[in-house]
Amino acid sequence: MRRAEQAMVPEAEFRSYYGQPIIKPPIWHEPHMPVYLYLGGLSGAASVLAAAAGVTGHRRLALATRLTAVAGAAAGAGFLVAELGRPERFLNMLRVFKPTSPMSMGSWILAAHSGLAGLAAVAALAPHLPDSAATAVLRFSPVAVALPAAGDAAAAAAALTGPLMSTYTAVLLADTAVPAWHEAHRELPFLFAGSALAAAGAAGMLATPRAQAGPARAAAVLGAAAETVAGALMERRLGMLAEPYRVGKAGRRMRIARALTAGGGLLAVVAGRGRALTALSGLALTAGALFTRFGVLAAGRASAADPKYTVVPQRRRLDDRAPASAETPG
Amino acid sequence: MAERMGFFTDTSVCIGCKACEVACKEWNDVPDDGFVFRATSYDNTGGLGADTWRHVAFIEQPRRGPEEPGGREGSKGPPGPEGAEGQGVEGWLMSSDVCKHCTHAACLDVCPTGALFRTEFGTVVVQEDVCNGCGYCVPACPYGVIDRRERDGRAFKCTMCYDRQLGGLEPACAKACPTDSIQFGPLEELRARAQERVERLRGEGRPQARLYGADPDDGVGGDGAFFLLLDEPEVYGLPPDPVVTTRDLPAMWRWAAGAALCLVGATALSFLGRGGNR
Repeated sequence: MRRAEQAMVPEAEFRSYYGQPIIKPPIWHEPHMPVYLYLGGLSGAASVLAAAAGVTGHRRLALATRLTAVAGAAAGAGFLVAELGRPERFLNMLRVFKPTSPMSMGSWILAAHSGLAGLAAVAALAPHLPDSAATAVLRFSPVAVALPAAGDAAAAAAALTGPLMSTYTAVLLADTAVPAWHEAHRELPFLFAGSALAAAGAAGMLATPRAQAGPARAAAVLGAAAETVAGALMERRLGMLAEPYRVGKAGRRMRIARALTAGGGLLAVVAGRGRALTALSGLALTAGALFTRFGVLAAGRASAADPKYTVVPQRRRLDDRAPASAETPG
Repeated sequence: MAERMGFFTDTSVCIGCKACEVACKEWNDVPDDGFVFRATSYDNTGGLGADTWRHVAFIEQPRRGPEEPGGREGSKGPPGPEGAEGQGVEGWLMSSDVCKHCTHAACLDVCPTGALFRTEFGTVVVQEDVCNGCGYCVPACPYGVIDRRERDGRAFKCTMCYDRQLGGLEPACAKACPTDSIQFGPLEELRARAQERVERLRGEGRPQARLYGADPDDGVGGDGAFFLLLDEPEVYGLPPDPVVTTRDLPAMWRWAAGAALCLVGATALSFLGRGGNR
């Protein structure tokens, strides 16, 4: 009703119940949810980098990315449990296997991925650990013999769960009634995959000696480019639903994310020349990936809070259908 | 499975008494939803949520001036069909909103624990002993019905009085409604009755009368709780063309799979032509 009075702006003209939202905004908290989205993506892409590094003989990079993968998955799972209204019931997530629920599928993917990333990390770390009571089991001869092979197998399997980890979260957001997320279901997976690769590349180049971090820098550049292109395409195709990504808090976050990602990606091209450049690029890309997730969450909230984004596209859809049905009685 | 049961809320006879809101709260032991003066007509409830399973909307229809298209002749004209003669208010719309118990229910589809389930009456109910409060159902609902009770941590919504139905009783809101605006019964029967009612109203000069959620071919496969409205749905705070979000889920997974493959491809590209060290 508030909007209907401002009929001077023709495209925003719509009716509502006292301007109240129609759908409920996502109740997921900050920083839990966006940080999980970042960590899950980071862990998934790091696993893919780790497998490739292992196959091509980049041993330091393989170690760094295997550790990144397990750290991201473990910390991410922690944020996810803390996000629940009843954290003590987190195991109920594995009570059913439900393909219609991206969160159910995500829970299974996260469970499998964490296990694989954990095994791969332990195997990679075992030779570097000092002898102690805690590591005695790793020195036990059958374990010591089987562990490297098991670790490599786990790393290879994590290269399959990893890409799912990095992209399922896009489906998680899109499979809601939130207009800015649902209508972005084509580009969001690419935005998240690019962001995840940039984040994992950044972690790889920060944690590996410069001489051996070449592939990580290349991955960071490609990831940053993919994230930038996917974001631009998404806003272009969304039409009026791009507005929540452009204005207010979400708009500020998305602009900061874009600047950091583009800047960090460009720096990554030359980051091999110096430690400071590497640090600057890696931190910019990490911050960019985080800002992207915080921005997307804020945009979803904004698009749910204003009934315009629910009513106007649905009304247009009905109006587009109306002429066809009006012909029949006439 | 027993016969599918439903609500038909005929808003043309709603008098805004809120007996449904009270009866629902009392029977289901729903906590208070805050004592707030909202300045939205007689509605101080606001909307459906974890602590509000029936919500009566009040819409004041302004008296339209003669210069406005479709407006009445101001004070010279006869009073509105409802006979309301107020300061700038020509008519009232009142409507008791409730969970729609969709045929294709997004909340049920996306629930990762199986806490939401479909009962033998075709309704959608949360099992409170299973829900772990993930909150996914909340933004999935195209009507904004289900919500998480933050001090409790779990999701709550209308159960269509599952316990009363099991005992052969009608839901508390329908029982309390003094004008039979809320009717409970087998869905097929209600749909036929609603069709008759809307045709009669149109014949009596209420061309705005329309059914909402009664079409089994709509975006949610039809609602188990549907309405007779006297204006556009969005005026009542209802989405004009709701679609269950999971309808596009196969496409979403396909795009995600494409992105996942690109991630693998980009990684392979990053290692191309770079030998290992040691």
